Amino acid sequence: MRYALKIAIRYLTANTAQTALLVTGVAVGVFIFIFMSALIGGLAEFILSRTVGDLSHITIEAEDRDPAVLIDAPGHVLAAIERGNTRTATLADAETWLPLIEGVPGVRAVSPQITGAGFLTRGAQVAQVSVTGVVPGRESAILDLQGYIVEGTALTGSGLIVLGRDLADDLALSLGQTVRLQSSGGITALLTLSGVFETGNGAMDGARAFVSLSVARTLFAMPQGVTRIEIKLDDLNAADATAQRIRALTGLDAVPWTDGAEQLMEALNAQAQTGYVLKTFALITIVIGVASALMLSTFRRRPEIGIMRAMGAGRGFVVFVFVTQGALIGLLGGITGAALGYLALLPFPSREAFEPGTLPMDITQGSYGLAIALTVIGAILASILPARAASRVDPVTAIGQ
Amino acid sequence: MSTLLETRDLVKTYGTGEAATRVLRGLSLRLEAGEMAALLGPSGAGKSTLLTILGTLMKPTSGQYEMLGQDMIAADDRALTEFRNAHIGFVFQFHNLLPDFTALENVIFPAAVRAGRETPAARKRGRVLLERMGLAERIDFPTANLSGGQKQRVAVARALMNAPDLVLADEPTGNLDRASAMQVMDLIGEINREEGTTFLISTHDEKIAARCRRQVGVRDGIVTEEPHLA
Repeated sequence: MRYALKIAIRYLTANTAQTALLVTGVAVGVFIFIFMSALIGGLAEFILSRTVGDLSHITIEAEDRDPAVLIDAPGHVLAAIERGNTRTATLADAETWLPLIEGVPGVRAVSPQITGAGFLTRGAQVAQVSVTGVVPGRESAILDLQGYIVEGTALTGSGLIVLGRDLADDLALSLGQTVRLQSSGGITALLTLSGVFETGNGAMDGARAFVSLSVARTLFAMPQGVTRIEIKLDDLNAADATAQRIRALTGLDAVPWTDGAEQLMEALNAQAQTGYVLKTFALITIVIGVASALMLSTFRRRPEIGIMRAMGAGRGFVVFVFVTQGALIGLLGGITGAALGYLALLPFPSREAFEPGTLPMDITQGSYGLAIALTVIGAILASILPARAASRVDPVTAIGQ
Repeated sequence: MSTLLETRDLVKTYGTGEAATRVLRGLSLRLEAGEMAALLGPSGAGKSTLLTILGTLMKPTSGQYEMLGQDMIAADDRALTEFRNAHIGFVFQFHNLLPDFTALENVIFPAAVRAGRETPAARKRGRVLLERMGLAERIDFPTANLSGGQKQRVAVARALMNAPDLVLADEPTGNLDRASAMQVMDLIGEINREEGTTFLISTHDEKIAARCRRQVGVRDGIVTEEPHLA
């Protein structure tokens, strides 16, 4: 079929202007395909980093044991032990699991925490807070606390507390001032404000307090273990698989961020579907363009096809000539469009540097290979109809034209 | 001489019903290997239809046709295509060359399409044929740059490329001036004498017909006369 390839190339080079126009049309379609892939992919990345980026990608929490119930034979409850108001559930063996979890591929950071509720009191001001005890030095392992600090530092330590902007304002607290924190178990600690953060999230800025793990142990009377382990991954899309791996490795109930994020996932899926529709239209445009151009070429070259058939060229040979033309147009247009798409995406900031207000184009999600492959396949499919028409040309009537 | 081809009672009807036109009405013809025959007859007599059927480009409505002992009526499209490539050459009135190819590329097309590539042997034979046609200086010329006579000589060379048993020529000189026409006929006669290739040449021109050793008359779809010239 080398000879059929030569004829296909000759036909394409015989009319360079028409071929260039056709390849340009295909390249534009591929360019749109790549642009859309980079935009939709970048947008999803941007949304995820903004919504999930500061969250734990996988969370392991201690579960309270179900209260014991004593039931007699007919099903009457004889006695029940109700849940107490103090925290009892702990991940007592956390220290054992941490190195194992840290060794799981794709795990970027692990943050053991003790969490609970409490009250901050300063003078007559009282505020309910959600307390998180973290390992000093790992305050920014999950939430980029240091990045949100507007005053002081994110570092926790003995006798220190870091509060949200709104909470600090409500209590009229300034850096270096002290505040009384009483846990839900009634234990009190006097802490000094070392840092103020502002995330822009009202729930966080108005009701969250960070202390060191040792302070939290005292407050919640938990001499060992933790209540929660938060895990950050290199790739948040790998949360489901990694959580499954951690569950298998440790037996702990590792929950990926995707559990309970159905609405976000639906929104992202809808966005991806929109991208697929637009990319499909781009491909359809390519297919129609190639098919119509080759159909015209078939019509124009009917006498030549007739001569070839008379000289002993089989129908398969003629089909191959036209399908090869389609494939070459697809390949040339695909490579040109992919190259142009890549060049057009170069000026956009990388995914790590997305800024609000700019198009979050992700050059790594251009689907260049896929775009070229789909274009070649589409162009081949588009050329089948003209090729079949060419192979059915009656040499007698064609030569007589 | 052995029989190259034989047709019996060929009938060809175009169209159906009231629009049906019967062009061949039971035509029988036998050609011996190595013959050089002229096909004479008025327009519409069925000469071109007969050449088309003999060239396996079209099947008759009824009748029998055998060439080299093979049944050309029963053969399928693929078999006929291969047979045509190996045993039959064509020369058309309007040369019908491939316009985007050079003279040499046109000539070696029948061999290249059979081999799937342009072999050195095919290139060599193509050059020899073109030189024999007096086109040594035009071998790599695009056919668009050749004169009418030169194009027709390229077409003759192409018809001879696969050393066919039969060359069918439909008014090969009808579009040429007298000098070019005679030049082409000289070449055809030379090939016929030297290589024994059978030629069947459709023509209106009695001077061209006189260059052939046999004349076959066609009128109203049947062979009416077969005058043999000395």
